[in-house]
Amino acid sequence: MATVGRAVGVAPRPGFIEYLWSWVTTVDHKRIGILYGLTTTAFLLVGGLEALLIRIQLAHPESKFLDPNTYNQIFTMHGLTMIFLVVMGYNATFFNLVVPLQLGARDVAFPRLNAFSYWVFLFGALLLNLGWLWGQAPGVGWFGYANLTSVQYTPDLGTDFYVMGLQVLGISSIASALNFLVTIINLRAPGMSMFKVPVFSWMTLVVSVLVITAFPPFTVGLIEVMFDRLFGTNFFNPSAGANPLLWQHLFWIFGHPEVYILVLPAMGVISEVLPVFSRKPLFGYPFIVFSGIFIALLSYGVWAHHMFAVGLGPVANTVFGITTMLIGIPTGVKIFNWLATLWRGELKFTTPMLFALAFIAVFTVGGISGVMHATVPSDYQQTDTYFVVAHFHYVVAGIVFAIFAGIYYWWPKYTNRLLDEGLGKLHFWLFFLGFNLTFGPMHLLGLWGMPRRQYTYPAGLGWDFWNAFESASAFLMALGTLVFLIKAVKSLRSGAPAGNDPWDGRTLEWIIPSPPPAYNFAEIPAVSHRDEFWARKYGAHGERAQAPLRSKSNPGDNPGHGSDNPGHPDGHGAHIHLPNPSYYPLIVAFGIALGMFGAVMLRPVEVGGLGPLGWAVVGFGALITVFGAYGWSFEPAG
Amino acid sequence: MAHVHEAAEHYTSTGIHPSKLLMWLFLGSDCFFFGSLIATYQAYRGQSLTGPHPHEIFNIPYTSISAFVLLMSSLTMALAVNSIRLGNMPATRIWLLLTAMLGSIFVGGQVFEFTTFVHKGLTLEVNLFGTTFFVLTGFHGTHVTVDIIILLSLLLASLLGRLTPRQALTVEVAGLYWHFVDIVWAVIFTVVYLLPY
Repeated sequence: MATVGRAVGVAPRPGFIEYLWSWVTTVDHKRIGILYGLTTTAFLLVGGLEALLIRIQLAHPESKFLDPNTYNQIFTMHGLTMIFLVVMGYNATFFNLVVPLQLGARDVAFPRLNAFSYWVFLFGALLLNLGWLWGQAPGVGWFGYANLTSVQYTPDLGTDFYVMGLQVLGISSIASALNFLVTIINLRAPGMSMFKVPVFSWMTLVVSVLVITAFPPFTVGLIEVMFDRLFGTNFFNPSAGANPLLWQHLFWIFGHPEVYILVLPAMGVISEVLPVFSRKPLFGYPFIVFSGIFIALLSYGVWAHHMFAVGLGPVANTVFGITTMLIGIPTGVKIFNWLATLWRGELKFTTPMLFALAFIAVFTVGGISGVMHATVPSDYQQTDTYFVVAHFHYVVAGIVFAIFAGIYYWWPKYTNRLLDEGLGKLHFWLFFLGFNLTFGPMHLLGLWGMPRRQYTYPAGLGWDFWNAFESASAFLMALGTLVFLIKAVKSLRSGAPAGNDPWDGRTLEWIIPSPPPAYNFAEIPAVSHRDEFWARKYGAHGERAQAPLRSKSNPGDNPGHGSDNPGHPDGHGAHIHLPNPSYYPLIVAFGIALGMFGAVMLRPVEVGGLGPLGWAVVGFGALITVFGAYGWSFEPAG
Repeated sequence: MAHVHEAAEHYTSTGIHPSKLLMWLFLGSDCFFFGSLIATYQAYRGQSLTGPHPHEIFNIPYTSISAFVLLMSSLTMALAVNSIRLGNMPATRIWLLLTAMLGSIFVGGQVFEFTTFVHKGLTLEVNLFGTTFFVLTGFHGTHVTVDIIILLSLLLASLLGRLTPRQALTVEVAGLYWHFVDIVWAVIFTVVYLLPY
């Protein structure tokens, strides 16, 4: 029974081991969010490094820098890392750091399940990357098309790490999505009806629905590949009458909603950032929310636009072409609403604002090339060329602009430090220029016929200059990221204190101290407006009503008051009952990942597995999982 | 058990307990899991190049009886939930045990059925029917097995005094999962056994 008050002034200052242990056993959404953020940033560097290796290889024709097999592994792992570990990782970071605060909640609905999601994410990410140790990372593309994934064609362990690593990451995503669904549906502050929920939290809700419905088909597809590889089933074996296209259907029924799982949180972030730096409410809130829902619904009806070239026939292609174009409508609605939010606002071009605006610009370019793909005859020309690579980097890599906007925007809330605006703008321009100079020319290369996924190309096809140009530009992005890291460290060491509300914010997270105390809100706020904090500061209709009204529950600014120091010095929040820390989520997560690793090891000894000995690893993992699950169930949650 | 206490017993926006909401959402997600397995089965219906084919090995009366046993376990599960709500722990234990037993009869029947099929030459590897049939029904059987373990754990917890009428919701949530697994079997039984192949 951890009541907050007990920690205050009674316990001696904990040592380093205790401090580390408190992070390992934490169930606090804020600390879990920080763990997600650190892990994800590490993988951003890994995925970025892989991108640079790809660009070095492609810088000039007939390059021997990477051999074809290594190149396959690096471009596969670049895609998997950026999608599943970086963008989904940052999304989980923001869900954890922001959603409970925006809702006026003390934590998520299931704090231990939340810790479990993080540890599974970490172990899944490691498992996915473990193949490097064998020199056999996944090399089948992030889409892992059957029947390239059959043992016959990829006998190495890479494909097994692909299957089991993604399976583990799927568990993390589904657990986390269930948790945030319950949190947003059930733990809103009193008075916060669904249409007073801030847009970022709304988009989290929509994305969570997509995750729990889109991941299961992928899970089943991965199970089928696993059974084919380990137990000799025939799911993707044409000689037994199977149709390998089944995989493409299962994969893209997951894969297209996945694109919106990646991008909707980004749209949520900029829907928070734009109003604050325009000093205007978000234009057309219900339209933005309903567009998000509409995009999510439509995303289930468009998967076959990834399969125009496989020969589904003109009727199927036409139908999927039309549904794909329909997605342009709600997306366009969102873009126009964001522009209308800016219209006649008091614009402040801070770093988060610049990144948010860049996201709109870049995403619009990617959206337009997306509509071009929706036209089937045009897609026949573009498919499997660098035009497609340009398109999905403008859309998916463009999300990184929104992620940086979010990091810069919420950084002061969690660190109580301001970030250097000068370095921030340097980061922005390096990244923005690097991005467009790298991915922009890919449109041209694609239209000139350069095929994607090839490890090299012959000289003299007119592709040499732009490839070299792109490779040089990619380093601008790397430089920008370096500036970001330097800036982050500098801010932590010597940044000016930010206070509770550095941006003149609108939503509930800015009402509480920075960094937020362990209990978030000493008293749960009663909500009566969509932009509750703004309404409290300036009155409901924007007129400057009275001096900023600190909620009576929040006794004022208290900089440097960390969440690792749960009790408020003057005793506020002392009565609040917080969930106990627990190490069982970590144990269960480890058991699952170990069991899945054991399944990889079931492969024969000749390719690097353990053969039947792998069952011992599977069994050991299962034992740990069961032990952890019982411990979890029977420990008092506090 | 802990899930249930973990989420605060106080205010929720909808008035629905978070644990119950979590289970409903999980079951929604699980629908898509079984939906994808069933879709795979349907996509490969009649596509096997070699035998054995379903009509050569299915024993419909046998499987109908085990399906009936599983469906009846939903009744005993509902009675277990009702008993704990009324605070009658002895009755709760009896119904939990009976539910777990009926579930075990179903799983045992499935093991026997699988063994018979293997003897008749239907294996995972032999054709598309074997592949899709064993994986679909096997995953369903795994779900039932997990839920039997949960029910027996609840029974154990009640004997240790860790499950009292205050935790009636835990039994109810476990029951939701049980009913779901039964309903899924009703669908699988219809699609796999009853529809003409």
